[in-house]
Amino acid sequence: MPKCKHMEKLNATLEQYEQYRNFIIYKDKVLALGNDSLEKTIAIAVSLCLVCAVLVSFAAVALKPLQIGNKADDMKKNILEVAGLLEEGANINKAFSDKIESKIVDLETGEYVENINADEYDQRKAAKDPAQSISIPKDKDIAHIRIKAKYAKVFLVKESGVIKSIILPINGYGLWSTLYGFLSLEADGQTVQSINFYDQQETPGLGGEVVNPKWRALWKGKKVYAETDQPSLEKGLITEADIGEPALSLIKGSVDNTKPGSQYQVDGLAGATLTSTGVTNLVRYWTSNEGFAPYLKKVRTVKEVKS
Amino acid sequence: MSAILNDETKKVLVTPLVNDNPITLQVLGICSALAVTSQMSTSLIMALALTLVTACSSAAISAIRNHIPSSIRIIVQMTIIASLVIVVDQILKAFAYDVSKQLSVFVGLIITNCIVMGRAEGYAMKNPPLESFMDGIGNGLGYSLILIIVAFFRETLGSGKLLGIEVFKLVKDGGWYDPNGLMLLPPSAFFIIGLIIWGVRQWKPSQAEKVEYKIMSIAHGEGGHH
Repeated sequence: MPKCKHMEKLNATLEQYEQYRNFIIYKDKVLALGNDSLEKTIAIAVSLCLVCAVLVSFAAVALKPLQIGNKADDMKKNILEVAGLLEEGANINKAFSDKIESKIVDLETGEYVENINADEYDQRKAAKDPAQSISIPKDKDIAHIRIKAKYAKVFLVKESGVIKSIILPINGYGLWSTLYGFLSLEADGQTVQSINFYDQQETPGLGGEVVNPKWRALWKGKKVYAETDQPSLEKGLITEADIGEPALSLIKGSVDNTKPGSQYQVDGLAGATLTSTGVTNLVRYWTSNEGFAPYLKKVRTVKEVKS
Repeated sequence: MSAILNDETKKVLVTPLVNDNPITLQVLGICSALAVTSQMSTSLIMALALTLVTACSSAAISAIRNHIPSSIRIIVQMTIIASLVIVVDQILKAFAYDVSKQLSVFVGLIITNCIVMGRAEGYAMKNPPLESFMDGIGNGLGYSLILIIVAFFRETLGSGKLLGIEVFKLVKDGGWYDPNGLMLLPPSAFFIIGLIIWGVRQWKPSQAEKVEYKIMSIAHGEGGHH
């Protein structure tokens, strides 16, 4: 019955037209009202909100893919930076895919997880998903993050197949905010190369100084774990027996480099005791057995076997 | 020029540059002028964003000015301004991510920038859209001019660079210039803007405010009642 369908369509169009006409009539009626009448005030407020809402949501939705891309690039830039591989003007995506290898690590066992695509895995998202995360027992939660993802995404820098640096994602609570960043360790899983924080809302000028390059430079060469005094250390050959508990911490004031133990100390941030404590806790948490200690142990063993 | 622009549009475009500058004469929009001027690049982006927002919001408000109920006048203006600012913020995040990170909250704070509200309330509510648009552009340019001057001094003296390009070789790189750290901090903009205001009012004495009351000398023993 093609005719009927046509009629239906026509009716629908007519109905739409009718609605449109009513709308125009209503619009003219409202616009003709005095500016201070209640009806006009409400009508103007509602229609203005509608127009603005459409404008804002259109901009937000249309630009979302670009913004996500920018965030991902920024993350890659931070990883390159903490690895000391960031070059001015170089293509970040290319440098990242050439030099950095992403790996997924099971935090509990320290083993690599091969059946997850590392490029697509988002650790921060996973931490929010009950199926992919573990809540941390209160007595162990020194970084005050409550939940962690089961699997962490680490980044490796390799040179002709040999690991040069290990970049670990870290996070923990400071004074106002959760700080998110990366800790870059040398292949011994013990010596710090660099640290950076890409997402934090600490007080600018005080706790916010965690992003200050001068302060971050103090971390280079510091040791994460307490070491026993063994001559093997001197040669850069660290065996499992030498590695103790996480020891690195921020202290008040400046570190005296001549004193024993100074290799485990970094200057605290002036005027930001709580942020400094937060940083100490989050570094210790992520280097403990709760964090990457099992994984780092594995990395060191593999290296020993090879050499 | 005169074929396209009539006298009124020309006037609203040019006067805010010096004669009626929003920063130096009206002393509006100071907060962001202090915050974003440590680098030329952030200042330029901020100036562009503010100029666009002022022009577009003035035009939009002017277009519906005859139908804005006076009881919700300010809310209507704020809604329009806020929507435009969010759009600008989203665009910056999509196309100039690094700059948007540096500008952080200050883009959002364009909403409360006194210049935008001032032009909406003071000009756009009484004038047609095209003139209001031009008035917004003019005031935005006046703001931009001051921002650029301040950023010029702060970046060159504070970090020896301009738009990230080295102009003075720094001592730590083996040069001769020891950068002035104060210039990188917001208070330095206070001094520079203060000096600019002093200079402009010296040049154009009509801009100086009249003395509201005289301070009496203590010798008369009368005290300072006004």
